[in-house]
This record gives sequence, C-alpha cells and structure tokens, in this order.
Amino acid sequence: MTRLFAGTPTHGLVLLVLLLAALVAAPLIANDYLLTILILILYFAYAGQAWNIMMGFAGQLSLGHALYVGLGAYTASALYVHFGVAPWLGLLVAVPVAMLAGAVIGFLAFRFGVAGVYFAILTIAFAEFARIGFDHISYVGGSAGFFLPVAQYTQNDLWNLRGRPVMFYYVILALAALAFMLCHLLLRSRMGYFWQAIREDEEAARALGIDTFRYKMYAVVISAGMTAVAGVFFAFFYNNLFPEQVFHISRSIELILAPIIGGVGTLFGPIVGAFLLTGLSEAVTETLHALGFEIPGAKQVFYGICLLVVVMALPDGIWPWLARRLGLERRS
Amino acid sequence: MSQSTHALTRRRLLAATAAATATLAAPAIVRAQGGPLKVGVLLPRSGYQASIGQDCFRGVELANPILKDIGLGELQIMSADTETNVDVARSRAEKLIADGAQLLMGAFDSGQSSAIAQVAEQKGIPFVINIAAAPPITEQGYKFVFRNFPTAPMILNDAFTNQKEIFEAAGSAPKSVVFMHVNDTFGTAMAGGIGGVMPRHNMPYTIKETISYDPAARDLSVEISKAKAAGAEALLVVSRINDAILLTREMVKQRWTPQGVLSMGPGWYEDQYLKTLGKIGDGPLSFVPWYDPNKKLAKALEAALAAKYPNLDMNTNHVYTFEALLIAADAYKRAGSADPKALADAIRATDIKDNVSTGPGISFDAKGQNVKLKNSAIQNRGGKLVTVAPKGATNASAVWPMPAYDKRG
Amino acid sequence: MPLDIYLNVAVSGLLTGLVYGLMALGLSVIFGVVRVVNFAHGEMMTIAMYIAIVLFSAFKLDPLVMMVPIAGVLFALGYVMQAGLINPFISRPEHSQFMLLVAVAIIMVNVLLLIFGPDARSVQTSYAFDSFAFGPIIVDATKVYAACAAIVVSAALFTFFKFSSVGKAIRACADNYTGALVVGLDVKRLYALTFGLGAACVGAAGSMLAIIIDVTPPLGPQYTLLAFVIVITGGLGSMPGALLGGVLIGMTEALAGLLFAPSAKSMFAFAILVLVLLFRPQGIVGKRA
Repeated sequence: MTRLFAGTPTHGLVLLVLLLAALVAAPLIANDYLLTILILILYFAYAGQAWNIMMGFAGQLSLGHALYVGLGAYTASALYVHFGVAPWLGLLVAVPVAMLAGAVIGFLAFRFGVAGVYFAILTIAFAEFARIGFDHISYVGGSAGFFLPVAQYTQNDLWNLRGRPVMFYYVILALAALAFMLCHLLLRSRMGYFWQAIREDEEAARALGIDTFRYKMYAVVISAGMTAVAGVFFAFFYNNLFPEQVFHISRSIELILAPIIGGVGTLFGPIVGAFLLTGLSEAVTETLHALGFEIPGAKQVFYGICLLVVVMALPDGIWPWLARRLGLERRS
Repeated sequence: MSQSTHALTRRRLLAATAAATATLAAPAIVRAQGGPLKVGVLLPRSGYQASIGQDCFRGVELANPILKDIGLGELQIMSADTETNVDVARSRAEKLIADGAQLLMGAFDSGQSSAIAQVAEQKGIPFVINIAAAPPITEQGYKFVFRNFPTAPMILNDAFTNQKEIFEAAGSAPKSVVFMHVNDTFGTAMAGGIGGVMPRHNMPYTIKETISYDPAARDLSVEISKAKAAGAEALLVVSRINDAILLTREMVKQRWTPQGVLSMGPGWYEDQYLKTLGKIGDGPLSFVPWYDPNKKLAKALEAALAAKYPNLDMNTNHVYTFEALLIAADAYKRAGSADPKALADAIRATDIKDNVSTGPGISFDAKGQNVKLKNSAIQNRGGKLVTVAPKGATNASAVWPMPAYDKRG
Repeated sequence: MPLDIYLNVAVSGLLTGLVYGLMALGLSVIFGVVRVVNFAHGEMMTIAMYIAIVLFSAFKLDPLVMMVPIAGVLFALGYVMQAGLINPFISRPEHSQFMLLVAVAIIMVNVLLLIFGPDARSVQTSYAFDSFAFGPIIVDATKVYAACAAIVVSAALFTFFKFSSVGKAIRACADNYTGALVVGLDVKRLYALTFGLGAACVGAAGSMLAIIIDVTPPLGPQYTLLAFVIVITGGLGSMPGALLGGVLIGMTEALAGLLFAPSAKSMFAFAILVLVLLFRPQGIVGKRA
C-alpha cells in the first residue's frame, strides 16, 4: 500500500480519502436523480481511464472506443438473454472478445505503420463497420434493438445485476476505484515507463531497445478489455441496445471528452473531467430551465462554448492546473 | 407518499385549479396534494429526432384548453428535452420525479422510452407512452407503464385489412409489390413482423423483392434502380420523412411510376412531404395510426391546431401526444388523488370512448397496452390529406391506381 | 439483372462520387497543408447549404449561380476560424485539435438548430426533377450539373496551386514548414488563406448539394466522416485525388448496394478505407507515405 502512494504529498492523500468517503456515503444523502448523475459521472470516469491507457500512456488516439463498449455490451447481453448466463460470467467472454478486436486493430495498425491521425481514422472505420454490421445481426436484435428482460426492482440481485440504482452505483464506484488503482500500478510499473517513453518519442524508445510493437499492443488490448467491462455495465443498466446508438461515433466522442478535458495521461484527469463535464451539462440545463429559456439547442451551445474555452485556456487539461493549485505536484 | 393528507385532497382540489399555467418546475420534493396533476413530458427536442419531438410537443401545447372544455382538469406540464440520447432521457426522468412529477409522458423513441419506463417502474410513477412501436416495451411485466400506441404487428394487421378494403372499392389490385424499408428500429420491426402477419390476410399481391436501406442515406438512386428492376407493380414501403422525399424524387427522375405507394409508416403524409413535392406528392396511401375525422374530439383538436398553427395538418404526433395527456387527466379525475398507485390503477381501468384516434376508444390490457387501437389509411390529395379507410372513419374514397408522375404537369 | 441497370447505377455512382469529391476537396486542401484534423468540416458545409437555402427562398437565387458568393462567405469564415481559433493548435497534439473542432462543431450544429429549427429544408429548383435519357441510361440532371461544377472548381483550384505564387507558397508550407519559415514566408497568413480556400471549396460543394439533398442541422458529421474516407483513399493534398477518391467510393457504394443489401453499402467504403490505410496510406494518387 505504501508503494502505491509513495511520493504523494500527505494533503493529497487526505483529499483522496475524503473524496472516496464522500462517494461511498453519497447514497445516504442523495436522491435517485443525483445518484443517476453520479452513476453517469463514474461511468465516464471509468471508461475515460480505460481510454486513457491507450492515449495518455501509449500515445495512440482512438476515436472508435465505442466499439469495445458495444462488443462488451452485446456479448454479455446475448449470453444473458439466450443462455441465462450472469453478467459476471458473461464478462469472462465479453472482455476477451473486445481484447481480440483491439488486438486485430492494433496488429493491423502497428504492423503497417498506421499512426497519429490515420490511426484515429482507422479506429473510427472499425467502429462504423461494427455499427452497420450489428444492424444486420438479428440474433442480437439488429437495428430493431436488443432488449434485456427487466425482472424486478424490489431486491438487489448483484449476481444478475438487476436492482435499484444504489446497487449499480456501488458497482460502478468499485469499478472506477479499481480502474484508478490499476492505472496507478501500471504507470509505476516497468511497462508504464516504457509506455511513456513510446509516447514521448517512439523512435528514440525503439533505439533504446524497447519492443515498441509489443508494448503498444499491450496498451491497446488492456484498454479494450477494460472498456468492455463498461459495456457490460451499460447493457445491464439500460437494458436495451441499439447498434445505431451504442456504436455511434458520438458515443466514442462522449467517452473521450472527460479524459481530454480532465488531462490526458494523468490519473485524475478522467475523474475530474467526468465530474466537471457531467456537472456542467446538468448545471447548464438547470440554469436555462430556471431562467425560462426552454429553447432546444441552447444548452448544447453553452456547453460547446464552455468546452471551447477550457480547451483553449487549459491545453493540458484541467487536472494539471488544479493539481498545481492544490499543491499536488504529482508527476504522472 | 403520506396517507394522512388524503382527506385534504378533496377540499383542496376545488381551490387549486387556477394554478395550471406554470411550465417551470418549482424544485419541490414534496408532492402537492390536490391542484393540477404534475405531468413530466419527455420528448427529443434537440438532436436527431428534434423535428418529431417538437412536433409532438405541439400536441402538448394544445391540450389544456381542450381538456378544460370537456370537464377534465388542466394539467401542469413539466417538460424536459431528452436530446435524443438515452443517458439524458434517464436522468431527466429522474429529475422530473425528484421535482415532483406525478406522472410521466413520452418519449417517441423506443430506446429512450424503454429507459424512462425502467425509472418509472422503479419509482412507481405511472408512465404513459405517446409513441413508440417496439413490442418489447410492454412485454416486460411493468405495472406502471402504459402505451396508447399500436405495436408494429398491430400496424401491419390493419394495414393489410385496409389495403384489401381499398382494392375492393377501387376494383383493382397490384399482383406484385417491391417492399422497401428503412433499416432502423421501426423499419426493422415492421419487416420482421410481415412474415408472420401477411399470410393471414390472403393479400392479392406477393412481395417480389425486399430492399432495406440505411436511414442516414442521402442518395437512394441505387435502391430505386433495384426496385424498378424488380418489375413489381406497386411499392410497399416503410420509411421516414427524409427518405420518403428522396424516394419520390428518384422515382420521378428514373421515370418509374408504380401503380401506387403503400406506406406503412411515417413520411409520405407529412407536411414537409406535401410542401416540398407539391403536385408530385399526391397519391401515396399511408396506413398509419391516425385520427377518426368524424369524432367530436378530433374535430376540436383539429380546430385548435388550425388556430395556432394554420399551416400544419394534424398528424399522428399531435393526436397521440394529446391522447396521452387525455389519459392522464381522465385517470386523475377518476382516481381523485395524485397517489401514484391510485393513478396507475385508474389508468389501467381507463375506458374513454370519446377520443381522437381511430378505433373503439382507449382501454388497456393487463400488460398496459391498448390493443383495441385501429389504424387508418390516408391519401395525399391536392396537397392535403383525406382519410380513406377503415369504413366508418373516412371522409373520402381512395384513388387507385395513382396518376403517372410525368403526366402531372 | 439486365446490363442497363448496372450501367445506370455505375453512372449514378460516378456522378454522386464527383459531388462527394467536391465536398472532400476542401478537406484535402486543409488537411494536406495545414495538417489540422477539421472535424467541423461537415458542419461548415451545412452552414453553406443553409445560406443557399435562405438566398433561394428569399430572393429566388439559384444556388448554382450563388456558388461563388457563398464560397466567398465560407472563405471568410474559414480564414477567421484559422487565424482566430485554430492557429495556436497547429503544433499541439491531435487530440487537442480534435477537441477544439468538436467543440466548434457542437456550437455550429446547435446554433443552426436555434436559428432554423429542426425541420428539413430544401431548394426546389425548376429542374429539380429533370433527368436526361441516353438510350437505356437515365441520368439525374442535378447530379450532372453538380458533377460539372465539381470538375470546374477542382480544375480552378489545381491551376491556382500550380501556377500562382500564393499557391506555390502554400505548397511550400505543406512540403517543408521550417524551410518555408526560413525562406521568409508568412506561414500564419498562408495557413489562414489555405483554411479559407478549403472552406470556400466546402461552400461551393454545399451550394451544389443544396439542390440534391435536404438539410437538417445534424447533417454534418456523416459528411465529415465521408470526406475523411475520400481524402485518405484518394490521397492527401491531391485535388485529383479527392475527386478520384470520391468517384471510387461513390461507385463502390452504388454497386455494392445493387449487388448486396443497400443498408450495408457503407461498410464497403469503410473496408476500402481500412485497406488503403494498411497497404497504401498515401492514397491512390498521393505522393508521400
């Protein structure tokens, strides 16, 4: 445990513990609406962490991450609906499926030297391919949608992930916390340092003898697998899947807003970004509502402007700036 | 919900009817006893479905004066924009309930409606769906979700029945059709249902070829080429407004006029279609959930719409959105309280014969589905719409076959 | 299926492809020179389309005629965007550029929604339903006009870049940024000019497309994606490449739609994209890997 947090200033640890305590205690004071918002925030924080491994650590911009969410979601749902397999077991199939997809994309890209923007577009192409493809797979509903049977709400069935929002809240909180610790460990590990070397200057890293192909593949595969778990959660929380929505590029963009705004490559970036963005979104809606501006589209304009301002003013993201202010000069 | 205030409800009901005009929600966690029913309306007013969501909202705007006229109380509308996004739909539903909504209505899209349904069921707040055709929504065993809109199989059944009625009256029928459908939720559900429903009707035509196309397609020339090449006599189609216009333009450009267009979905009758295509837009038959032009309430709604939006024709969006609110107001009156369980029970016992949509009226089965809804057949004529089937709910008779496109001057 | 169906579809695909190519031209210029990933490309085109529609409904001015003024307006917009917003981001990592333009795109789409409402708008010219018949082949008139315009604009742009001094300066920036600075070129201004030119192309494309398709505010993103597919397939920074890529994608989609399920025809475009990215990343006509 001490190794985990070596080098962090004490007040940083205190803040972290306070944050965790607040999140754990939240359901006691929050109503279901706030809980739903928190679930969304933690979902984006989790998915953002997963994406961040590929981008922030290994420097590969993926704009088609919705592919892994969708693969995870559809795999686990199909197993549940057609074979009655519980989601925790379904994970054991869903994660490898997504990892395989990631491996294919990674292999094709890295073997053929597709990098930077081209890599990003490659990821978009695969996500779109999946979107159109799944529209035609009637085994999982096709474009008519795949519906999971929604049994009951009175008891919390953790095994089958059926129950009240509180249960989902703790599940996603646990996932987000685990993701955070995993990323922390990964960063401090040998692989983490190799990743940073590759991100900073791939040629130099290769010159030093690092097998860049291998480590980039690890990043992609781990990222894909982690994202698939988010997909499973998504499927069992919403209980319906439509390829047009699940694999859509706007979903991919949604996933990466939080880590980019929060700070790519940092540990707290995705978390801070998720809180800020979802909070901002709700705040703008409420403010417009209170002012009587019920005009559709107004909220998105304000949201876009805020995004613009943040991107221009804080190019590295919000967390590095916040960390400096809080005196938590943590190097990630 | 506190039971001790139940006795106050009846006293307060008389005094509180004046407060119905506010559209802003006071952030009250405590539900007001008595007074107008707080209805949370969830519609996609921005995003991809903005056009339809905003059209549905017109039905909401027209509701209160008419409800007052027929002796039901006015409703306090709390509206929210689902932004055509399932995350937002869910959180908005939660917010409305937290702000005191006693009943939810919405949400046009099956995915968003499904998410809202789960929230409503969990909280035990009644949810009346205005439009959403995916069958699974009312197959989940929900006790608080009600849908006053036909499912895809119901639409198909009536479509075939009405088609036969029209062919009989016109004295001619196509021997073959080409079936085109948009590959989205509704289109796929309809395509999936045809196999089961069509054989039961002994239709005079066979489907020579089925062509499905991308909902986002901006160019349907290949699809029409294929349809033309199939050599069928008529076009059976399920599409949306944009594709309906595109398909029509392509048919004109590729010089193909089918005997007629049998549309079993939106698009071909909408204002925008008629306005954009003018004379070219006449002729298509649409077999859709519609209103009965002979019903009193339908006429009232039509008049109200004409007064507020003189350039618009009344359509499915307005009718079914209005009816959802009608159900809410009617149930509230009968229940006498805003207690959600009482409201839900009252809704389940709904029996409204003086409604707007076609059919014997509004009532729900055990699953919360109105299975008695009938669908009409309408035809574009002279830039307006006439209702041509089923018998008894018509105001004109159908023209079949359709005049050739290149002879329309 | 009889042969004339294939011919019809192929010709239709060719013409549609030229129109797509015109749309992608602007991106090729921007991406090829300034190296900015313009994810607001489709939205800029949507703005041009709305301008065309407003001019048509207010003054009955045909978009074909209005092509040049609309291109001018978009030029100004592009110039301002580059000089004002995007310039600081050129040296920043791609995800930052991406985020900036995503934010710009969100603002554009929703401002259009606020101003014009969600209903689709179109331009109904007198020749909107015309078609020419050459034997068994029936050709859509509007597509023919748009395709001709695409070729003309493309040729004009090509001439500009090849023969004018400004054009050569811009190409110099693209080929060697540092070298251009050393030689004393005002790179910032040239970048802004280039972005403006790219936007002008998009503007011209938009006024062409306004007579073919209907506009709604969220029309943009699918065209941005299509533009990227075409540009990469055809070759970055190459004008003939953009047209060629457009034609290839247009014809592939058309024939795939004919032979297989039309609802899956976009998959073929993406398959081509993947193949190009893997085996010939410089595109069909592109020079550099």
